[in-house]
Amino acid sequence: MAAAQAKKTTKRPRKSSSQKTNSTKNLTVSEFSDVEELHSYREMLLIRRFEEKAGQLYGMGLIGGFCHLYIGQEAVVIGMQMASTPDDKVITSYRDHGHMLACGMDPKGVMSELTGRESGYSGGKGGSMHMFSIEKNFFGGNGIVGAQVSLGTGLGFSSKYRETDNVSLVYFGDGSANQGQVYESFNMAKLWSLPVIYIIENNRYGMGTSIERHAATTDFSQRGASFDIPGEQVDGMDVRAVKAAGDRAVAHARAGNGPYILEMLTYRYRGHSMSDPAKYRSKEEVQRMRSEHDPIEQVRQRLMAQGISTEDELKSIDKDVRAIVTASAEFAQTEPEPDPSELWTDILR
Amino acid sequence: MPIEILMPALSPTMEEGILAKWLKNEGDSVEAGDIIAEIETDKATMEVEAVDEGIIGQILVADGTEGVKVNSVIAILLQEGETKADIVSAAPVGQTAEPEVAPVIETEAEAVVTSIIVPAAPATQIIEDSEIPHGTEMRKTTVREALRDAMSEEMRADSDVFVMGEEVAEYQGAYKITQGMLEEFGSKRVIDTPITEHGFTGLAVGAALDGLRPIVEFMTWNFAMQAIDQIINSAAKTLYMSGGQLGCPIVFRGANGAAARVGAQHSQCFAAWYSQVPGLKVVMPWTAADAKGLLKSAIRDQNPIVFLENEILYGQSFDVPVLDDFTVPIGKAKIVRPGVDVTIVSFGIGMTYAMPAAEELAKMGIDAEVIDLRTIRPMDMPTVIKSVMKTGRCVAIEEGWPQSGVTAEIGYRIMEEAFDYLDAPVIRVTGKDVPMPYAANLEKLALPNVADVISAVKAVTYTS
Repeated sequence: MAAAQAKKTTKRPRKSSSQKTNSTKNLTVSEFSDVEELHSYREMLLIRRFEEKAGQLYGMGLIGGFCHLYIGQEAVVIGMQMASTPDDKVITSYRDHGHMLACGMDPKGVMSELTGRESGYSGGKGGSMHMFSIEKNFFGGNGIVGAQVSLGTGLGFSSKYRETDNVSLVYFGDGSANQGQVYESFNMAKLWSLPVIYIIENNRYGMGTSIERHAATTDFSQRGASFDIPGEQVDGMDVRAVKAAGDRAVAHARAGNGPYILEMLTYRYRGHSMSDPAKYRSKEEVQRMRSEHDPIEQVRQRLMAQGISTEDELKSIDKDVRAIVTASAEFAQTEPEPDPSELWTDILR
Repeated sequence: MPIEILMPALSPTMEEGILAKWLKNEGDSVEAGDIIAEIETDKATMEVEAVDEGIIGQILVADGTEGVKVNSVIAILLQEGETKADIVSAAPVGQTAEPEVAPVIETEAEAVVTSIIVPAAPATQIIEDSEIPHGTEMRKTTVREALRDAMSEEMRADSDVFVMGEEVAEYQGAYKITQGMLEEFGSKRVIDTPITEHGFTGLAVGAALDGLRPIVEFMTWNFAMQAIDQIINSAAKTLYMSGGQLGCPIVFRGANGAAARVGAQHSQCFAAWYSQVPGLKVVMPWTAADAKGLLKSAIRDQNPIVFLENEILYGQSFDVPVLDDFTVPIGKAKIVRPGVDVTIVSFGIGMTYAMPAAEELAKMGIDAEVIDLRTIRPMDMPTVIKSVMKTGRCVAIEEGWPQSGVTAEIGYRIMEEAFDYLDAPVIRVTGKDVPMPYAANLEKLALPNVADVISAVKAVTYTS
């Protein structure tokens, strides 16, 4: 029954023509400089390889509990990071490894948190969903669906209260876009003109339920319409489109014009978490996204076609990235677990 | 070197599975991400993806093999330039490859037989009470004014402190706690919110994680149930989850417990609820002096504080010391009335039953020692235990429900730490185990009263 249902929904074509009429159209894609192309390629590749390795370590039983991989969605966070500055604040959901790497957090610290070691970002006490870095302005990893939206609105409130021009980048999925506190946050962000960019990573499934089955309206960019918050639908598989939309949103928020919504049309290749066999969608659907829309492959093709990089140069980038990931995995397996006395620390200050 | 492909674990609890089908054969080349096999667990069929590119050099576990242990080698992947001859040390079928570090997953059975040594909890800190200098001028102040004074003083001292909540600004507070504050501090720091507890609590917690010091006023704590996720999951746990990086200096405050005739949804004590949560401090003052001193301490504290007030107490007047900076330490109980025959422990509105009862008991020749806990978490048990060791008897009072209540905890802790000193079982006086009724007579029956306290003390002192 469940499988039959899943098949039916996955066959339904992506309906976006009616959606696009409602949202701001952005059909032109601004070109990247050679430096930007290479930067985005390397950064996205680091996330991809890191996540593959995390999946592998999970399979070996070295990572426990829940582990949500970001594979397929890399262009979203990299494009947005390219549009913002290190002083801007970032908060996201439990699918957070990519965001941490994009914020410049050390892969070793992230991987060793995944394996629950003392050198992890949270000293092994947080795990996959709970890592933070004050230094990098990364406010987590949040395990409660939608909670980061009001927290992130508070980060924007804080920037405004302190009279800085920093903006808050608040990432959440299509699933959390239905949570009540999201709309409570939209209301306050607009009412108080807070510098918050709501980035809805629409990967088409809230866990195993497709957007058509969980959302009464599937154009998430218009979810702020009743609060008069501008929104755009963006090709979240094209890092250039993400960066361009990010630039507009950041400029809007930084100038004191209040919140902005970006709906990133993206796709996750893996299941919701490691134990999700993803039976709710067809293999063909996943394969089509991978072969036709892969965010990394798109950049790779451009780098080659435009003669920016040779195959050997790209291989060398790949090799560097693999070395970083391998080193982080080795580190994460050899570092000690937290001292038992850590059980009682960090409860109160 | 050839890469060993291991049987993966696909869920936190998986130990073995069926290798249902190989989708690649020996000699096939694969890219990272290609699906190479399907495995079955009791829950689902999952696909195994290649994590590296290469050529399948050897398949070690055949299609349909059951009971394949997690981490056993199922195939060998050859990298560029390698041949089958490079496969030298492949483990025999079914043998588990030992990871460099013992697997973290521990089965339940193991957990039961292995005795785990848990490090001892840190010892309870003895907190000194603040001393009020002899001869300090006292001023009659209502609890309402004391709370306002505490916030105003702290807001004058620290520009990162602000107050937000429903009707706190223009309306001057639903219970007039924030009266005059908008005028003094302006709308940037005295902020009217929409009636959306979940959202504005999350927003305030986010601001606190970024280092501001919000005071969130809940019109009453009943409405904070909409926001309890942000209070517990975000405010209380982030310091721990971040390994000590990210603290949350925030005060949640408002009217708690039964008011008068407002019915079940608006009459509930949350002391026990929040007192269970590590990472929170829970404060519940009775007098105006404690309300002021504790709220000032709460605002300065680095941790999230649940500050439980009471509508009935708001209008009551008490002596408050006239001092430039009067604070009361969080976590310190107060012996309000010294005595030798029995220990009466309560907090907040419960003290309004304890004190008159003690006066009545004195007339009967029973000299009660009355302790006001003031802070519910961390609970000042040393003060209570010391008293019980002296009196040998204890009555504990709270307005909240009995099951898993604060007084249940007190009774247990006394048994744990002072059992041999007890001359009678601890008796509790609590609210009745019912939703609060509306009818005046029923509401009265549902709440504790002075007579209940007196009869409880008589029972523990075996007085007729």
